[in-house]
Formats: sequence, structure tokens, C-alpha cells
Amino acid sequence: MVILAGVAAFLVVEAIPALRAPAEDVPGGEGLTAYIGPLLFGTLLAAVIALVVATPLAVAIALFITQYAPRRIASALGYLVDLLAAIPSIVYGFWGIYWLAPRLVPLFRWLEENLGFVPLFAGPTSATGRTMFTAGLVLAIMILPIISALTREVFRQVPTLHREAALALGATRWEMIRLAVLPYGRSGIVGGAMLGLGRALGETLAIALVLSVSGGITFNLISSGNPSTIAANIALQFPESSGIAVNTLIASGLVLFVITFAVNMLARYVVNRRSEFSGAN
Amino acid sequence: MTTSPMRVDSPTGSTPSGRGPVRQTRRLPRWAAAASFAAAIVVALLLGQLRDTHIALLALGAVALGTVLLYSLSRAVEGPRRATDRLTTCLVYSAFGLAMVPLVSLIVEVVRRGAPRLDGEFFSWSLLGVVGEGGGAYHAIMGTLVITGLTTLIAVPIGLMTAIYLVEYGTGRLKRTITFLVDVMTGIPSIVAGLFAYALFALFLGPGVRLGIAGAVALAVLMIPVVVRSAEEVLKLVPNELREAAYALGVPKWRTIVKVVIPTAMAGLATGVTLAIARVIGETAPLLVTVGIANATNFDPFDGRMATLPVYAYYQLTQPGVPPEFAIDRAWTAALVLILIVMGLNVMARLISRFFAPTTGR
Repeated sequence: MVILAGVAAFLVVEAIPALRAPAEDVPGGEGLTAYIGPLLFGTLLAAVIALVVATPLAVAIALFITQYAPRRIASALGYLVDLLAAIPSIVYGFWGIYWLAPRLVPLFRWLEENLGFVPLFAGPTSATGRTMFTAGLVLAIMILPIISALTREVFRQVPTLHREAALALGATRWEMIRLAVLPYGRSGIVGGAMLGLGRALGETLAIALVLSVSGGITFNLISSGNPSTIAANIALQFPESSGIAVNTLIASGLVLFVITFAVNMLARYVVNRRSEFSGAN
Repeated sequence: MTTSPMRVDSPTGSTPSGRGPVRQTRRLPRWAAAASFAAAIVVALLLGQLRDTHIALLALGAVALGTVLLYSLSRAVEGPRRATDRLTTCLVYSAFGLAMVPLVSLIVEVVRRGAPRLDGEFFSWSLLGVVGEGGGAYHAIMGTLVITGLTTLIAVPIGLMTAIYLVEYGTGRLKRTITFLVDVMTGIPSIVAGLFAYALFALFLGPGVRLGIAGAVALAVLMIPVVVRSAEEVLKLVPNELREAAYALGVPKWRTIVKVVIPTAMAGLATGVTLAIARVIGETAPLLVTVGIANATNFDPFDGRMATLPVYAYYQLTQPGVPPEFAIDRAWTAALVLILIVMGLNVMARLISRFFAPTTGR
């Protein structure tokens, strides 16, 4: 607890010079808000893409492991997914650049040609594939094991009686899942998704490696001009910074800290509320 | 495909109770699912022959076609409820398959690209004075070991004490607050932990400081909550009878904890600590900020920059120098070694928990 307070305190102390500094000293020359704004936007955008992609897949994986797969394979698969959660993020970044990004370029071309009227896919297409869309996908793959691990635990705790009762009434397997498993596990899914969101917000190196950055706020997911994210920006700029720039970066780190703290707190609140509720049974 | 094959589930004549007509359900035969997907694959392959299409697109198309085929078939024969059931089964299976594609390709890719440089030189050379070909990651591996060791030294005592407090002593509001905060701390972005350690050391030693110990502090911030959570779970599993037996013999509480509770939970604690190490050993961002990178071997965490495996991989990839391919090869090998270490630690944790599990004797 002391450490947590310490983290906040030291970040605030180091960020104060940046907050007090005149606008033209901050990198970019337009003040702190103008500096952090696009970064914040990029962070949220990447995290939201990741969440939209990852949540349904994670729930499907959890359902597969707990309800569909034969018991013997299921535990092995669960172990496999846990292992994947342990792979260092930098490896995901490597893979994102060298494997995923080139393979996504044709898809981007197709999206630009056929769905170009949607602002999300306006183009022009990036030649390297290192776009916001790719970064979001890499993030999605990274948070997939985390969300599915938590969801799996919740699904496993569904009382067998509920499930058997549903089956005994003649429900098909899907009806059983819809009637017994999903209502019971709903808050677990929400909590898991928010934990994944917290993880995606703070993810650094995968983004720093995959995304080709050029500032500015844009919703265009497939062009080469992308807003960076707070964490990636810190990782990219910090080794070469000094003086007030360091304090600015720390201030942006503080913003990130506050956001993830809030998200995590909300997630824990949702999850804990459920556990208290089920404890009463 | 036709709808001709049908089966009657429970034959009418031989119902066990023998009372009245049994409701007949028309079901598709067992091979229907396999057959419709086989048909879809055949169609997709034919299409692929006719037009030059991407292999991923073909696979997706085959799965979608098979699903639609099976759904309409099932709807026609078995009715909408079972059809929906089959549809969701297909969706869940294909979502699972879809999720496995990137995960498997990741491992294949890293092994393929990393394996060529996995030789003796990689483990015995540093990068001091190396330009172009050759060179290794000896300094980075040593740096990782030193920093991770320090992290463990900091994080394990604090984490264990917190867990013991929570399980054995803590009550009421304070306990709940600490549990909650530990949970939230699990979600601290790693780079924020790095910034914290940097800010801490910069306050005392001036800006621009890069020390191995700062990296260890940053990693400890990330590791403590993991240790607390796992140790707490394990300590809770120690049967209360053991504690009560010790109290009944007049053993004071602290001796009970040291002599009874901790030895009983030892295997679980070791597993938790191993997993926690595996968790932080691959962290890049905090080390990038606090420790930096060096080309020479440095064993002293209190003196200047050190190289660590993840940061090493990062810099070899992003600033490969000229010609780039050798450094990029080294980066992939470093990534492979990192994965191997993490996997090894995970397997070790499994083995510890399996072989040293306490015998409950019931």
C-alpha cells in the first residue's frame, strides 16, 4: 500500500515541473494538454480496438474449454492459454512487425477499395502495414489469454445443478449456456474485459514496435499516420530525453496511471461484487 | 448434400415404460457435421483452383460455407432450436481455431527465426567491440540474472509478509483495503512502474540516472502483488486444524506460522514465486527506462547501465546498425531465449507443485 502511494507521490513530484512549465517549453511547443491529448486518444483507440476484437474471442475460448472440449483436452488447452499469457510482450511486438503487419496489407487494400467511404478505412493504405489496426490486433492477441483465463474461472464455477437442471428440461447445449452459464458469468466477463482493457492501456513495447507514429488525432485505422499511445511514446522518447521533456513524459505517465487505476478499480469492484453475491448462496 | 439420411432417436416399439407413443425427434446422423464441412472445403478448393485467392480467405470461406450448410440442413431436419445449437457450436469452434492461429504462428515464427543463432557464441560473447556478424548476449543474460535476482530478493520478503499478515493477522477494514489495493496494483502498467523507480532514484541521485538496482525496484513493484496473491491463496489452503493443534500444544502464534504454516505451504509458495519470476523476467519497458543498455558485461547493479535480455532484443531490432541482418538475427534469438526461459520457469513451477505437494494424509 505504501508502495502504491509512493508510486503516485513520486510521479506527481516529478511531473510538477512539467505542469508549471510555460507552454513553449513542452515538446511540440503548444502546452501540455496539446501534447498529451493525441497520445491519450491513441491509447484509448488502440485499447478499444483490442477490446472489441478480443472479448468475443476470449469468451468463445472460455466456453470452448469449459463446455465444449472433451475433459482431457480441456485442461491441457487451459494450460496452453496460461502459458501464452506469460510470453513477454516484446516477443508479440517482434511477431507483429515481421509476421502480422505484412500479411495485413492486402486486407487493408481491400478495405480501402470497398469500404473507403467509412472514415475508419479512408486510406491511403500504409505500405508496411504498421497501422493502428495492426497494433490493435496485436494488443487483442495479447489480452486474449488474460480475459479468457478469468472468464474460464467464472464459467467453471457455474453450479453444476444449474446446468443439469437446464439440460434436464430439454434444453440444447446452447440454450443451457444461454440460460445457465452466461447469466451467472456475466459480471466475470465484464470484469475480465476491463482487466484486459487496463492491460491494453498500459501495454508499451508491442505498440512501440508495431505502430509507425506521426502524431495528430485521426480515426483512420489503416493509413501510415497514427497517433502514438502514452506508454509507447514514453518508451520511444525517454532514452533520448533530458530536462523538462523527461518531466513531461512523467506527467503523461501519471495520466496513464490514473486511467488504468480507475479502470482496474472498476473491474475489481465488478468482480468482487459478484463473489460476495455468490458467497451468499 | 441432400436431406435423405435421417434417424429415429428412440424406436417406438421398445420404450422402457411401454406407455403411449414416444415423441420422435428427427436428428441428423453423426457424420452430417463432418460431411458438410468436407463439402465446403471441396467447394473452396475448387474455387481456389479457378481463381487465385489468398489461402486465409479460402479457409475462412470454407468455414463460413460449412457453417451455413450445416445450419440450413439442421434447420430443415431438426428444427430451429437444434439448428441454433449447431450454429453456436460451429461459431465457438471456429472462434477458438481463429484465436489459435496467431498464437501458434507466433511460436513457429520465433523458433524459425531465432534458432539459427542459438549457438555457443551467443551464450559466451558480449557485444563489446562487435560490429556486424557474430557477437552474443552473454552480458544481457548475466544482467537479466542479476536484476531478476535482486528483484526476487526485494519482492519475495515483502510479498510473503503481506500475505501472512492478510491470512493470519489481518481483520476487518484494513485487510479488505489492502487486498483491494494489491488487486489494483496488479494492473499497474509496467512502464509506470519504471517511471516510478526512475523518479525515485532521480530524486536522490540527480536526473539521467541509470542503475541496475533501479530496474530491480521497478520490477519489484510489478512482482510484489503477484507474490502476495499467490502466497495468500496457498496460505489459505493450510488446514485450520494444523494451526489449532499447534495452539493447543501451547506454541506461540509466530512459531506456529514459522514452523507449521509455512512448511506446509512451502511447495505452493515456491510455485507462486517461480511464476512471479517468470512474469517479470520478460518485462522490457521498465528496464528500458531505468537501466538502459550497455555493450559490455556489468555485474554491479549499483554502477551504471546494464544490458538485459528484453532490452537487448529491443535495441538489436530497432537500432540494428549496418548491415542490419546480423543484429536482427540476434534479436530473434534473444526473443527465443526469453520464451524458453519463461516456459522453463512455468514448467518448473508445475513440477514443484506436483512433486513437493504436502501430503495431507487423509
